[in-house]
Amino acid sequence: MSETAKELESLIGRGYSHGFVTEIDSDTVAPGLDEDVVRLISRKKGEPAFLTEWRLRALRHWLTMKEPHWAHVRFAPIDYQAISYYSAPRSKKDGPKSLAEVDPKLLETYEKLGVPLHERARLAGVAVDAVFDSVSVATTFKERLAAAGVVFLPFSEAVRSHPELIEQYLGSVVPYTDNFFATLNSAVFSDGSFVYVPKGVRCPMELSTYFRINALNTGQFERTLIIADVGSYVSYLEGCSAPMRDENQLHAAVVELIALDDAYIKYSTVQNWYPGDAQGRGGIYNFVTKRGECRGRNAHISWTQVETGSAITWKYPSCVLRGDGSIGEFYSVATVNNHQQADTGTKMIHIGRDTRSTIVSKGISAGHGQATYRGLVKMLASAHGARNFTQCDSLLMGGDCGAHTFPYVEVKNPSATVEHEASTSKISDDQLFYCLARGISEEDAVNMIVSGFCKSVFKELPMEFAVEASRLLAVSLEGAVG
Amino acid sequence: MLAIRDLSVTVDGKQILNGLTLEVPPGEVHAIMGPNGSGKSTLAHVLAGRPGYEVTSGSVTYEGRDLFALAPEERARAGVFLGFQYPVEIPGVNNVYLLKAALNAQRKERGLPEVDAFEFLGMVREKMKLMQMEDSFLSRGVNEGFSGGEKKRNEILQMLVLEPKLAILDETDSGLDIDALKIVAAGVNSLRSPERSALVVTHYQRLLEYVVPDVVHVLVRGRIARSGDRTLALELERRGYDWVSAEAA
Repeated sequence: MSETAKELESLIGRGYSHGFVTEIDSDTVAPGLDEDVVRLISRKKGEPAFLTEWRLRALRHWLTMKEPHWAHVRFAPIDYQAISYYSAPRSKKDGPKSLAEVDPKLLETYEKLGVPLHERARLAGVAVDAVFDSVSVATTFKERLAAAGVVFLPFSEAVRSHPELIEQYLGSVVPYTDNFFATLNSAVFSDGSFVYVPKGVRCPMELSTYFRINALNTGQFERTLIIADVGSYVSYLEGCSAPMRDENQLHAAVVELIALDDAYIKYSTVQNWYPGDAQGRGGIYNFVTKRGECRGRNAHISWTQVETGSAITWKYPSCVLRGDGSIGEFYSVATVNNHQQADTGTKMIHIGRDTRSTIVSKGISAGHGQATYRGLVKMLASAHGARNFTQCDSLLMGGDCGAHTFPYVEVKNPSATVEHEASTSKISDDQLFYCLARGISEEDAVNMIVSGFCKSVFKELPMEFAVEASRLLAVSLEGAVG
Repeated sequence: MLAIRDLSVTVDGKQILNGLTLEVPPGEVHAIMGPNGSGKSTLAHVLAGRPGYEVTSGSVTYEGRDLFALAPEERARAGVFLGFQYPVEIPGVNNVYLLKAALNAQRKERGLPEVDAFEFLGMVREKMKLMQMEDSFLSRGVNEGFSGGEKKRNEILQMLVLEPKLAILDETDSGLDIDALKIVAAGVNSLRSPERSALVVTHYQRLLEYVVPDVVHVLVRGRIARSGDRTLALELERRGYDWVSAEAA
């Protein structure tokens, strides 16, 4: 059998292939959330006092907040006291000093996921930080990055080694009061990645984080902070997966990006959390706050996301375009099948003069899935000559799914330009038959047509991840036609 | 090669083909002509397996196999090719990608390894030369923004790459200027061989000046009303279809 045939066979045979559980002894705190739990997390991580205080302020604020329900998604009430807010593989005390110290079972988990941590089996020169439940397990390529002056560390390590940067930037884009889930994250965030690219440095390789939820009844609350100093460039990719479980699991992450003068941050996400089964049982609640600020002149932040997993996705990677001439971009593919729900989009806040933003959103709905694009383009009075272009396309497969578009536009400056294009289409019988009449199977035909639909987003992804994204899309839409 | 016996087909309950019988031996090119609504396109689509057509009686054998027992993609892999009258656009999918996927699907069926990317490109470029197509065409979306003539040439290019045993061309000449018509005809003729057959559905005899048929059939109200050699096409050109229809009635 040829490689492709094998691949095809495994594709057809598999539902969610990342749904295994790793048997590993873990140190998990009892479910529940109060100030003691927050202090415990902070103490376990050996954090400085300012951070403990910041977490506690967030917790106190969170207790005054209500879970938001304005999104076009439905879910049963979440019992926040039934969640465990910290889980770490037990073998790890102060964190492994090198890959040799990492529990082989964990490395095996990441091998199964297709993320070879071992530097010898390096993934086309991509540096990987892997987060397993609440802690960061290993960061590869530390030395090569250090030689370039790039700091790429697990968040908890950065707190100890670069506290001044954390204190200066943490919460400066997404304040701890921002929204229910971001505030919860601020109180209990466990780990994540920290990146600092110094002035004028072009990061020599793609940086990548791989998140995995393993333990039962735990939430994952990672926090990522990326700072690109003047004239620097960095491309960052995150991937995610989780075991199959009947219960819903909460994932409430926060990502903050800061781009100073002439800096460029490219942030890509391939999200493949467990989506729940065909009846809609289980799956991840992916309630994430991602925001970048172009703080300097001509700064550039580009978000690319391919969202195929999660029972519910609620995320709006946004750009605050403060610096004059700065650029914000958002390229998104969101796929829902079975009973998945996605309410996703972006906010482009134009503050500086001549700021530009581009939004390309592709929603694909199949089964009973509901895909919503929700976006805000805001031109402040100061945004002279600012421009936005938005394109929202929806593709429907079958008659039981839905696609919804909620574009919000606020313009306070008469010289600003806002363009919006939208389309909704179905995979036509003519397109399918055309492919069949060329000998292409129905499944391959659907994948081909869907990939074509998503092309303008996929081309923004680094090459190897574009291939992965295409494949994930194929898996998530399995059985959607026919 | 192809034997159609007493074929009757309905679309949405309406009788379109009505006891059609036709035999195409290997190596022959047969032209199907006929007035609008006589069932020419229906015949082409039914042979390729398009959904929405109900076969109420009759049989079709292709190389001794029951054609209707095969799914559309299986027919294609077995060497049946339909050149569409209205080729559909598939935005974002490269032409070269579709071509390669189609060829590999066929090769897989025949137990051959996937085509080598480098050799494939060389082979496609050679056929594109014959069709007078520019290189940039390969990276364009399938039929995306193509002119009518480009779409038809693309159909013939696909045919040349897939090298079918039985080519069914559904009004491939419609909407072509004389230069494009000559190019398309050259493409069709380049595949003629003692092992291959073609069924050329056309309104006008113009195409038949360049693709000379062995047999011409006139389809009237869903069955073959008259068959003859290429002079029949010329006679139809001169006299129209009415006299055949009248004879058939």
